[in-house]
Amino acid sequence: MLENAIRPEALDALIKIGINVGIAIIKIAVVLGIGLLHVAYATYFERKVIGHMQVRLGPMRVGPHGLLQPIADGLKLFFKEDIIPANADKPVFYLGPVIFMAASMVNLSVIPFASNFVIANINVGLLFIFAIAGMGVYGIFISGWASNSKYAFIGGLRSSAQVLSYEIAMGLSLVGVMIMAGSLNLTDIVKAQEQSIYGMYAIPQIVAFVVFVIAAVAETNRTPFDLPEAESELVAGYFTEYTGFRFALFFLGEYIAMIIMSSLAAVCFLGGWTIPWYITKVLPFLKYVPGIIWFLLKIYAFIFFYYWIRATVPRYRYDQLMAIGWKILIPVALANILVTGLVKILL
Amino acid sequence: MAVRLIKMVPIHKGLEPTEIAEKIKENFPDDVVEVTNFRNIVSVIVKKGRILGICKYLHDEPTLCLDHLQDLCGVDYHGKKEPRFEVVYNLYSIKYRHRIRLRAQVPADDPSIKTVTSIWAGANWHERECFDMFGIIFKEHPDLRRILLPEDWEGHPLRKDYPLKGPELEKDWPGFVEVLNRSKELEEFEWKG
Amino acid sequence: MEQVERIFETRELNVNMGPQHPATHGVLRLVLDIDGETVVKVTPYVGYLHRGIEKLGESLTYFQALPLTDRMDYIASMANNIGYCVAVEKLFDIEPPERAKFIRTIVGEMARISSHLLWLATHALDIGAMTVFLYCFREREWILELFEKICGARLTVTYPRIGGVRNDISQEFLDSLYKFTEEFPSRILEYETLIDQNRIWLKRTIGIGVISAEEAINWGLTGPTLRGSGVPYDIRKHMPYDAYDKVDFEVPVGTEGDTYERYRCRMLELRQSNNIIRQCIEKLPPGPIMADAPKFTLPPKDYILKDMEHLIHQFVLITKGPAAPEGEIYVATEVPKGELGFYFVSDGSGKPYRMRVRSPSFIHAGALPRLCVGHLVADVIANIGTIDLVLGECDR
Repeated sequence: MLENAIRPEALDALIKIGINVGIAIIKIAVVLGIGLLHVAYATYFERKVIGHMQVRLGPMRVGPHGLLQPIADGLKLFFKEDIIPANADKPVFYLGPVIFMAASMVNLSVIPFASNFVIANINVGLLFIFAIAGMGVYGIFISGWASNSKYAFIGGLRSSAQVLSYEIAMGLSLVGVMIMAGSLNLTDIVKAQEQSIYGMYAIPQIVAFVVFVIAAVAETNRTPFDLPEAESELVAGYFTEYTGFRFALFFLGEYIAMIIMSSLAAVCFLGGWTIPWYITKVLPFLKYVPGIIWFLLKIYAFIFFYYWIRATVPRYRYDQLMAIGWKILIPVALANILVTGLVKILL
Repeated sequence: MAVRLIKMVPIHKGLEPTEIAEKIKENFPDDVVEVTNFRNIVSVIVKKGRILGICKYLHDEPTLCLDHLQDLCGVDYHGKKEPRFEVVYNLYSIKYRHRIRLRAQVPADDPSIKTVTSIWAGANWHERECFDMFGIIFKEHPDLRRILLPEDWEGHPLRKDYPLKGPELEKDWPGFVEVLNRSKELEEFEWKG
Repeated sequence: MEQVERIFETRELNVNMGPQHPATHGVLRLVLDIDGETVVKVTPYVGYLHRGIEKLGESLTYFQALPLTDRMDYIASMANNIGYCVAVEKLFDIEPPERAKFIRTIVGEMARISSHLLWLATHALDIGAMTVFLYCFREREWILELFEKICGARLTVTYPRIGGVRNDISQEFLDSLYKFTEEFPSRILEYETLIDQNRIWLKRTIGIGVISAEEAINWGLTGPTLRGSGVPYDIRKHMPYDAYDKVDFEVPVGTEGDTYERYRCRMLELRQSNNIIRQCIEKLPPGPIMADAPKFTLPPKDYILKDMEHLIHQFVLITKGPAAPEGEIYVATEVPKGELGFYFVSDGSGKPYRMRVRSPSFIHAGALPRLCVGHLVADVIANIGTIDLVLGECDR
């Protein structure tokens, strides 16, 4: 009976699906595990880097050189009391951090970490990232709204305005890359870079790269564009009223977004897991270094850059921030598209 | 636009304080009650009626130009002197580097005086504090509210008949009474040992 | 737009900033009416730290009220002590000896440096430059350690005394202070590297909180806040006290009267203070540290321990207080925040009949609405920073 019901080829297909699902689950588990570990140690890295830039040591107490500090922090956040303001809109208040966190996490699925390691190799990877990053704004905005606090409200408003306007600049800056690579698939973009004479698109697309870096800092609400959570004026911005685990979700989401932006920069402009041919020509032994190492190094360098800015510059004012986004970044990105397109047509 | 370093010389180039007092006496002969001198700082005691006019004269007169209101405060001479209150104006001229002190007498039965906020904007908070501490009402003041004490405070603490420890607490400020009552309520949770 | 506003009946958002807020430097409370991001109305509320120092002063002898002044501007308590002592000395008509005057000038300028450093640290932090904050605290720590060396306390020092200072300073202290003055200018350069020409810093401070010279005088602003507007009013020059007429220094004066100029004024003042300290160390004369006025100053401790008359004298002075001559006096000194004035009315007894403190922060807080209205919310923070508020002094 059973043999009649499921034909052998169907069984084969089922097993194949099962294996694929299994592999996908393993991949997801690996990415999630490594991702969360990275987030934890990104905080440690940040505190250490900024600490040393500011003539102090950063965390030193928990474990050797404070190495266990992120774990202690995580545990502390989990066991903290979860306070919900009396007049908060409760269901929405619960939903906000979840949306924010989920929107950040989903993006990890399309990032190619190595030549054949990507959870979902979809052909509109770049668009997918933009779409989901746009979703994250809802998390910010509704948590600001639901907190029923004026500071959170202003923070939420500022943040949504900021993220939306800088998303445009960022999207436009990446159009140049799309034109050059001729694809929206992130793996293809990396492969196209490997084959091009430049080795990485940061060289021909330098203008777009600068626009992207600025927009990425603004998109992730980092200094000098950290207005939504500008401590000195808005206390903590949209998550002023959040405590304990819910606060941790925002925290995680923010750091994951930072890692996503760094990997996007690495993939689209710095050649992903590859290194330019002219480097391997001079130093051929570098060919044997696994691609994932290059990819991680690029991400770390970019994250370090984030921290470096944070320790150096003051904060922009809201109107100045918007002016930079709309009056400088977007026109520059548009001009860049024009030039890239013309070059593509003419050559 | 730049910040420059100025070498200032510590010299006194304005009028002598007694000269200023003379000028006030000349212009407002009916209002000056007395002129005292202590450690070369002259105080002119005046009636409160034309205080605004006197201040305006001192501020606007080009040879005086007393543009900096250093301090404005009240003094309570309860049982020592009549009239009971005095409002003291310490004036200084940044241009001429001379100074004078005005003391306007304010009687206890009508503790009010005209505000000088229109002449020195900075007098606003000084007068509010004076009202808060002495209960002297500054007429035509734009925003005469208590400033250092809570809005529902009773009494004016810097008056000499106000006890140093404050009045009987149970009868006084409702905020404190509330705290006391609350602490009584919470007594049952206290650890008895 | 107006039509839309009418249809939806929009109104200003009322935001309560403080008394617990990261940027209000203590317990200042501002109620802001904001239209979008623009501030329409600012109402400051002070008094959360009111301890009734004026009333307390009237119930204590002149010696006993001295420690109260530490608790006003706790950032620069040394300067407050000096202000109080100078005023009481003027009332008693006594003159501290030269050495005491120079020592007071030294510690007063140290207090100015430490206060300005804290101001710069918090002002920069409010605008978002976090690193400057920690750099400044490094040097401030140094100064506090030096304070500890001379009087054992770091914050509430109560080191100056009426008629002099409490104890003489050691050569070791002078050496380490001199080392500090040699090192300090390079440290100021370090802060300036971070923010002085930083585009964001310039954008955030130039043209913010502009107040003209006439208006600044009219509002009663003093200190660097007034000098930033271009008014050369420095009490150290106008009415010199202590040893300020014996040292050579210049006064930084701005022109525009905006936040940036006030920042520059204070940065230059740091250098001038450093200069003053160096000069004082070089010129420091030997001699006694307490005025020779037995009616008003306490006898030295070793005499009290050995000698009956001195013991009785000390007992009388402590219990009854030194009887001040009848009169009234207003004496102002230049503390880091501006003009700190003490007004005493004496009725001839051992306690002041009326003690009035004219604190610069109080007046400056009163001018906040004038500075903030029309700017954006973020500029309110810059304006709070630029007037250098200390609420302990504001509320007394």
